[in-house]
Amino acid sequence: MSLFLLRVRGLFRSNYAFMTEYRAELILWALSNSLSFILMGVWFQATERASFALTSIEVVRYFLAVFVVRQLTIVYVIWAFEEQVVQGKLAPILLQPIDPVWRHVMSHIAERIARLPFSIFLVALFFAIYPAAWFVPAPSTLAWFFFFGGAAFCLRFAIQYTIAMGCFWTERASSIEMVTFLAYLFFGGAIAPLDFFPPQFREIILYSPFPYLIWFPAKVLMGTVSTAELAQAAAIMSGWFVAVVVANRLLWRAGLRRFSAMGA
Amino acid sequence: MPIIQAGKLSRSFKVPVRKDGVGGSLRHFFDRQYKHTDAVKDVSFDIESGERVGFLGQNGAGKTTTLKMLSGLLLPTGGEAVVCGFTPFDKKPAFLAQIALVMGNKQQLLWDLPAKDTFQLNAAIYGIDDVEMRRRVDELSGMLEVSALLDQPVRKLSLGERMKCELLASLLHRPKVLFLDEPTLGLDVNAQVAVREFLKRYNEATGATILLTSHYMADITALCSRVLVIHEGQLVFDGDLSDLTARFQPKKEIQIKLDRPVTDVDVALVVAGQGVHHTKTEGRVAHFVVEPAVLRETLTRILARLDPKDLSVQDPPIEELIGRAIRGDHGAERAAKNPRSSSSEPA
Repeated sequence: MSLFLLRVRGLFRSNYAFMTEYRAELILWALSNSLSFILMGVWFQATERASFALTSIEVVRYFLAVFVVRQLTIVYVIWAFEEQVVQGKLAPILLQPIDPVWRHVMSHIAERIARLPFSIFLVALFFAIYPAAWFVPAPSTLAWFFFFGGAAFCLRFAIQYTIAMGCFWTERASSIEMVTFLAYLFFGGAIAPLDFFPPQFREIILYSPFPYLIWFPAKVLMGTVSTAELAQAAAIMSGWFVAVVVANRLLWRAGLRRFSAMGA
Repeated sequence: MPIIQAGKLSRSFKVPVRKDGVGGSLRHFFDRQYKHTDAVKDVSFDIESGERVGFLGQNGAGKTTTLKMLSGLLLPTGGEAVVCGFTPFDKKPAFLAQIALVMGNKQQLLWDLPAKDTFQLNAAIYGIDDVEMRRRVDELSGMLEVSALLDQPVRKLSLGERMKCELLASLLHRPKVLFLDEPTLGLDVNAQVAVREFLKRYNEATGATILLTSHYMADITALCSRVLVIHEGQLVFDGDLSDLTARFQPKKEIQIKLDRPVTDVDVALVVAGQGVHHTKTEGRVAHFVVEPAVLRETLTRILARLDPKDLSVQDPPIEELIGRAIRGDHGAERAAKNPRSSSSEPA
């Protein structure tokens, strides 16, 4: 077995074992993303009473898609990294011949796979309660959804891990994340579909990374985006991803030079 | 060529300073004040492959900071380090595959999982296949006597058992250089002895180089023939443990026990000659410090004149010698200026 596969298997195995150790916690994490269902109720009522860019049934499907996207793209690397830095856990990891980022990546993948059955159960339960919202995406739609869902996870992970580099300077970089989290929720389309935003405002924020973290993959799952929009989204996400990764590597190197290995 | 080379290694830190009280907190919020601390100053030494070296000093003396620079965790602010032919801070994979740093107060074991999960993870990271990993785990767990514990979650293990598993996890990739920072911290006496014996056997079996810090002098005397003493970031002694004894305490301690309370007359009889000093009397027991040159005649005099019930001759505690080295007694300054070359000279 190649070294790469050996490492992927080893990291996945230990992280999956860790994730399944606390089953109740895993279920609670999945439930904690139920903001989508709350907002679904609010916007459903609103669209029933007035005219919006989406019908009430489209709103229901949109927020269900948002729930699915968030199940796939939740990122917690900043808290994990901050804990490593503040509690001195980063030191032994730095002394192993593999970049620490891969531990975090595999932790997220393992968490996602461990959570998957429960997420599927929640979606099935939703359809059982509200069958009017039932829809079956075409295979090509599903393929594009997993592509953009995966891309959204990569971009969200890269952004949050880059903010996490602030731990080398402030040690409480998660407070920066709390500020960007508001932008993520609002401009990402978690609070309201961007279709409800004024067109000129939406045009501007479509150049930011946020819409591609929730709103766009949700729209892809609903099958309401054109090929041109797919191409544009791929280009913008790639640009942001490259820029963020470059910033991340620069900050990582600068941070390591400042790192005092405190508590270790 | 030495496997570890430290040349004028230095590291300073910027530390925030805050005054007490609400006013101090407010001022700290708006106007941060810092002070610079030199944790390590111009430390130089070489260590040859296979050596077991003890690194001694008080809390905050700079031991751990030096280990962190040598292992690549910290960037030196001055001087240079070369370990296994690499600059540690570059953290080249080929370098990291040859070293391990074990900290008594920190662990790399996955807390919620059995220790074997950490071993599997480490094996994967270092590119050790399953068959070889099992062979090494069997071998090391046998030496450390932890074979029966590997399936239990780490959080259920005792401190001593955890440290043994920690050592196993750190040695799985067979490092050529092992940095140990207080590996027996908090362990009971039996666990300390087990860890010491394991490290000694591991060194003898593999030829690995060991640089060890410890507050337990028994660790140093059991494991290391050579010691480095650091004080306020500066190296004050580098030499054999026996040289440390010769340099800082050439005297012996004599303890006598009589079958009656010790009197001033008894004490006067013992200190009658040159080079004998009375240190204390506790009922029937009296303590003296004696120059080696007059040891024989002093013992003869005690045996002939006092007929002691018990008599012992001891070297002073090693802690005391370290203290003297740190305080600069008996030529420590000279040792600091030219540590290695002057270390064998008698004081």
